[in-house]
Amino acid sequence: MIGIYRRLKERGVLGLNARNGQYIMPANERRYYRLVDNKIICKQRLIEANVAVPALLGEINSQYEAGHLKNRLEGLSEFVIKPASGSGGDGILVITGQRDRHWLGGGGKLLDLGDIQYHVAGILAGMYSLGGQVDSAMIEALIHTSPAMREIAPEGVPDIRIILYRGVPVMAMTRLPTRRSGGKANLHQGAIGAGINLVTGKTLSAVMNSSIVTVHPDTGQNVVGFSIPEWSDLLTIATRCYDAVPLGYLGVDLVIDRDHGPLVLEMNARPGLAIQIANNEGIGHRLAAIDNQDQAESRPPDARLALGLELAEANCQR
Amino acid sequence: MFRFLHWLVLSLLLIATGLVILVYKVSVLGYPLAPDTVEPTWVVQARIQITPDTGPIKASLKLPEATPGIGRLRENFISRGYGLSVQDSTLEREAVWAVRRSSQRQALYYQGVFYRDPASDFFAPTPSFPDVPSLREPYQTAMNTIVEDVRRQSADIASFASELLSRINSSSPSEEMALFLNSPEFRGNRVRIARTLLAGARIPSEQANGFFLGDAVRTVPEQFLAVHNQREWLFYQPATGQAGLPENFLIWWRGTQSPIDVEGATLVDLSWSIRRNELGALDLAEQRSAAHGSWLSSVSLLNLPVQSQAVYAVLMLIPLGALIMVFMRNVIGLPSFGTFMPVLIALAFRETGLLAGLVMFSVVVAAGLALRFYLSRLHLLLVPRLTAVLVIVVVLMVGLSLLSHRLGWEVGLSVGLFPMVILAMIIERMSIVWEERGPADAMKESAGSALIAALAFAVITQPAVQHLMFVFPELVLTLLGLVILLGRYSGYRLSELIRFRALAREQS
Repeated sequence: MIGIYRRLKERGVLGLNARNGQYIMPANERRYYRLVDNKIICKQRLIEANVAVPALLGEINSQYEAGHLKNRLEGLSEFVIKPASGSGGDGILVITGQRDRHWLGGGGKLLDLGDIQYHVAGILAGMYSLGGQVDSAMIEALIHTSPAMREIAPEGVPDIRIILYRGVPVMAMTRLPTRRSGGKANLHQGAIGAGINLVTGKTLSAVMNSSIVTVHPDTGQNVVGFSIPEWSDLLTIATRCYDAVPLGYLGVDLVIDRDHGPLVLEMNARPGLAIQIANNEGIGHRLAAIDNQDQAESRPPDARLALGLELAEANCQR
Repeated sequence: MFRFLHWLVLSLLLIATGLVILVYKVSVLGYPLAPDTVEPTWVVQARIQITPDTGPIKASLKLPEATPGIGRLRENFISRGYGLSVQDSTLEREAVWAVRRSSQRQALYYQGVFYRDPASDFFAPTPSFPDVPSLREPYQTAMNTIVEDVRRQSADIASFASELLSRINSSSPSEEMALFLNSPEFRGNRVRIARTLLAGARIPSEQANGFFLGDAVRTVPEQFLAVHNQREWLFYQPATGQAGLPENFLIWWRGTQSPIDVEGATLVDLSWSIRRNELGALDLAEQRSAAHGSWLSSVSLLNLPVQSQAVYAVLMLIPLGALIMVFMRNVIGLPSFGTFMPVLIALAFRETGLLAGLVMFSVVVAAGLALRFYLSRLHLLLVPRLTAVLVIVVVLMVGLSLLSHRLGWEVGLSVGLFPMVILAMIIERMSIVWEERGPADAMKESAGSALIAALAFAVITQPAVQHLMFVFPELVLTLLGLVILLGRYSGYRLSELIRFRALAREQS
């Protein structure tokens, strides 16, 4: 046990206590949390900063509006309903099509208006929000994953998580849904996490349920050494997010849409630590390298991106 | 750096404050560290019988004041029709009973309750050097010879006194000593002989009169020889020469005079009796610290009415449970529902016992969960649904109680205080985790909660722990310090060593 402890320390693996106490607490100002915890506000900030996001089709703020949901859904056959303050991907309802008076939900389940209204009512009552406060629901455009990503992720919406520390990209991974994860890009539920080389945009190593894998279990497709499409755009967009939301330790989740290219899906002020397993590397040394830089966060976005790549390159050669 | 120091100093200060108060209360005020300790106390009674002459009567009795090793808890005076005043001067007290007229034989009582108190060490004020007594011959010469002899064979005042006493008690005393021992003037009173000879060497001494504490009826006072060596009083048992005051010797008064003085009446009898009592160490400590006037006794939870005491006895356990919670979450990394739910469950287990509590907890949660899934089909809104779950929980508990009563299991009836609202919240939270992340996660979190609750239960039901937290509420400061200390623990959690073990194994 003590041996493992020492090895992890050596490799710069960040634990939850260290993440919370040494990075999130000093770097993330409480007042900016609202900007990421509420996805509607987050979206507005990103639009103001000229960052591409999935379109917001509507918001529902009261039970009254939920009762009149029918008019709002008129003419919409593909959309996603989310809690504005949800966490961990809970409470997301994906609608992929319409059949007469029913909607086609995730997993091919047919839903009627009542089912959707019930789900919205649950969101509004705070069932999925942090601390159970009253929440609002948002209707968002459905993401159509780009065919290039479909190669390694046949199902669900694969996303790309990039961690920014003081505005500098430090680590990245892609999360590939599996049948086991129920189409969700959630490592906890059995999705694949694959680390990405920041410089080349190629996947490094992959884990599923904390064991190392090289192929997708559903297709047998190799998931290691895959070039993430539009990598430099993804990096540029992610880096710019820091200008919209000045949180020092920030996780940016992006998707690549068939029609709109890279979009920022959401941001996270307390990004998880599984990214270290996916990269087979601790994040601590990279964070420390940025702390050694003078005022990394006050540089313009391209300079920060350049710094991130420079440090990553140095890291590769080490 | 400043923040680090601030944190360290604050937490260590809090820990130390709690411990210092505890140590003070244990060592000075005598609060017991372990529950159910008993300490002996002694009730010493002096009974004075007098037959009045004509005219006003005044009886004064010396009272114990300064007795090393023994403390006084309280005292009463019983004297019908007499006025009483207690005269207090430095290291000397006297009770004076007075009445203008009385005709019949009467008894006056003094009763004092005493306990062993290592902190008490006063005896008498520092004396001045006595003058060398002038005796008639041949005593003067004998004294000088003895003093010379003893001085030659001793190094300091303590050894002088020992040597002198061993000569007095010798089975074959020297010629000079025999002179003193057989003298009608000294009547074989060893203390008087020793004091005269000590004065011959200009060593200050005193006679201490008192009793060995132990059950005794009509006991008589015994004498001790006290010698002052310019720093402290040394005590010697005159009959054996043994140095030191026995642990349970109560010094009542000092000097050679009688402790009682009666005017206007004839003293018929003065008798002492002693009774040994056992008193809970805690009660004793309470009474002592109140007698000392210590402010700590006024902030003691033992001052509260008994019903509130019972509540606080439970309340004081919560910080301890919470500390365990902090440890299990931030150092071990066990998942649990909510932050303090396991602590509250542990408190509820106090009523039911661990095993019965766990079974009941599982049964209620499982049944509640099943009904919650059924309810979710009805599309109820959150608050009404939570309320419905709460009502179901109450019904389940009532059902369980009735069932266990039928089956003759008494534990089932003690669930009354089982926190139903908490159970309802657990069911709700569990069902969400179940639906969103699958049953495995829900089970993991509930197992974590149950484990923490069981652990907290095991700790807080220790009688020693309950006693410590209740009698020494200042330990809450220590706990606070520990929590603050843990608050900056940035190392790995035990669970993370398992989670990240792949990273430790492989070298890239």
